[in-house]
Amino acid sequence: MQPESAMTPGLEVTVLVSVGRHPLTGRARRADQDARGVELARSLANAEVHLLHAGERDESSEAALRGYLGMGFTELSLLEQPEGADVLPALAEALDATSPHLVIAGERAERGEGSGLLPYLLAERLGWPLVSGLAAVESVEDGVATLLQALPRGQRRRLKVRLPAIVTVDDAAPTPRQSAYGPARRGAFEMTTGPVSDDEEWAAWQVQPARQRPKRLKIVKAASARDRFKAAAAKSEGGGGQVLTDVTPTQGAEAILTLLREEDVLR
Amino acid sequence: MSDLPRRDPRQEWIARNRLHPRHAEVLLAAGQGAASEWWGPGGLVRRNPHAVGFVGPNGVKRIDRSGTQQGAGGGGAATPPAERKPLVEIEAPDFMVAVVPDMAGGRLSGHDRDLLGLARQLADADQVARGAVVAVVFGPHKEANFGEAGIDRLLHLDSPEVAGYAPEARLGALILVEEAWAPRHWLLPDSKLGGGELGRRLAARLGERPATGVWQVAADAEAVMGWQCTARGAAGALDIRRPLPRVALALAECAEPVSETRHAAAELALPQPLPSTLSRIQDFGQVSVDPSGVALSEAEFILSAGNGVKDWPGFHHAAEVLGATEGASRVAVDDGFMARDRQVGATGTWVTARVYVAVGISGAIQHLQGIQTCDKVVAINMDPGCDMIKRADLAVIGDSTQILEALVALVAQAREEKRDAA
Repeated sequence: MQPESAMTPGLEVTVLVSVGRHPLTGRARRADQDARGVELARSLANAEVHLLHAGERDESSEAALRGYLGMGFTELSLLEQPEGADVLPALAEALDATSPHLVIAGERAERGEGSGLLPYLLAERLGWPLVSGLAAVESVEDGVATLLQALPRGQRRRLKVRLPAIVTVDDAAPTPRQSAYGPARRGAFEMTTGPVSDDEEWAAWQVQPARQRPKRLKIVKAASARDRFKAAAAKSEGGGGQVLTDVTPTQGAEAILTLLREEDVLR
Repeated sequence: MSDLPRRDPRQEWIARNRLHPRHAEVLLAAGQGAASEWWGPGGLVRRNPHAVGFVGPNGVKRIDRSGTQQGAGGGGAATPPAERKPLVEIEAPDFMVAVVPDMAGGRLSGHDRDLLGLARQLADADQVARGAVVAVVFGPHKEANFGEAGIDRLLHLDSPEVAGYAPEARLGALILVEEAWAPRHWLLPDSKLGGGELGRRLAARLGERPATGVWQVAADAEAVMGWQCTARGAAGALDIRRPLPRVALALAECAEPVSETRHAAAELALPQPLPSTLSRIQDFGQVSVDPSGVALSEAEFILSAGNGVKDWPGFHHAAEVLGATEGASRVAVDDGFMARDRQVGATGTWVTARVYVAVGISGAIQHLQGIQTCDKVVAINMDPGCDMIKRADLAVIGDSTQILEALVALVAQAREEKRDAA
């Protein structure tokens, strides 16, 4: 192991960070999932972590981006892009040039379209594998990363992926550390420029603050008043459930075990 | 034979005339013990009050006024609603609408059904040029009623390459579908169960710009595909109105599920075998997580205890062996046997488990509300008449302590055998 790790000096990790939006006040902040991604990168042993942001630089976004610098970084690469531009070509070019081993991103942006498509498009363009919804990176050995993917209902799945790869971070990833004020002030932005492409479709769409979705009405398709009354007054019923009376405990347990096996909840 | 009712005046006359020698015979042929209601020759409705109702189990005559019963024999009115739904078959569709349901737990989820409802809207909008809904299902499934959900064609891919977490192989299969049938729309659930990821991969591969988080679709003649959609953007903070693109990832409740028709769900097959791709992602399967660390509201498998549990150490041991998250009814919490955050029901947590095992819980209405969305409910109880038994898919009447002990022994034995075999 020792000579190999000497040959590969360290794992180069690039974290794509964005300007987030506070859900209540709407103020710019560090995006939650991106901050989790930075925390994940910080927890990797022997890793060299770079921060990369593509977007415009103004007062509010700078304050938000300094939140990432306060997590223990001295500089952040900023690809300058005008507002409403498609940042994909610029990011792809920058990643192609630096060619990191691992790219970490959040699942979706907190501003703009927020479709969560950027990592997939980057992976498609660079030809790298992509793993979505990470909870943790367990280890990185010989160019293969062992990852823990978060599934719904608190479940986890173990995956191995060949590097270089792009991964996105789930809400189940470790909570980000607090941003320290001093390092955040001292950190520097390394400005670069890249190709600019306008997003014309986005400009053509109508965008408005989200309104509450209408609640789905319970439509009762009943022919008679009796059916309508039954539907309105009904308790939740399974209907046609199997009832085992006068069975020995073992027989009952076997029936339950069969159901649990069918539903595949036993591990 | 046609279903048109043909009237035979002579038979009707005999059926009306109780003194006719062939009266009983004709009524039997008409499928009724005795006609309670018929159209008279003058166009009036005639009723025979003696023929109404049926004799109940206690020997007392009961009259059901819901309209489902006619005559003493009950008639043919008790046909289940599933058979009454008209079957829609689309022989030569003008276009295809492809849907890739999540199939969480091997069944169509509510989200999948909503999506299929949306697909039906898109397919049936034009009465002249009708489309067919194709569902692409990966891996083994337990769903029996694909037709009822509104699926015209079913493409079931059950090869080992697409099993488990294999997004690249599944994407390859979807690309084959695209090449073979070129669906006009691709609809996927925007969910964490795999649909959201697969849809984004598909869109990136096809070079389409998908609409994500779609929650409303409306016809619009000016749009490119003839549809306008409303989608959530910016982590749910924005509503974006835009023309519906080819690939759409829709949220739950984006449309009403299909309920009035059933469809053919005819089997389709891919014209060529799946390409063998070298996957760069290796799946090592699910990792066992500590079930007590999983939040009760999102736990998949809950073992819940109520007043009927006497052996608490045995219950905790059973939960540990089964790998279930522990829940409790209000009584068990009030008596101090379980923590307050484990309470299931209206005042506690509303759970969404796939399997809910209620041990010694009689099923107060508040508790039943809390488990409304559970798929399978198993009840272990002493009282065969309680409400939980009515709700349960499987109920075992007996002493919960002994049954749990037997269950633990069976599971331990199965694990032992597995270990010996391995």
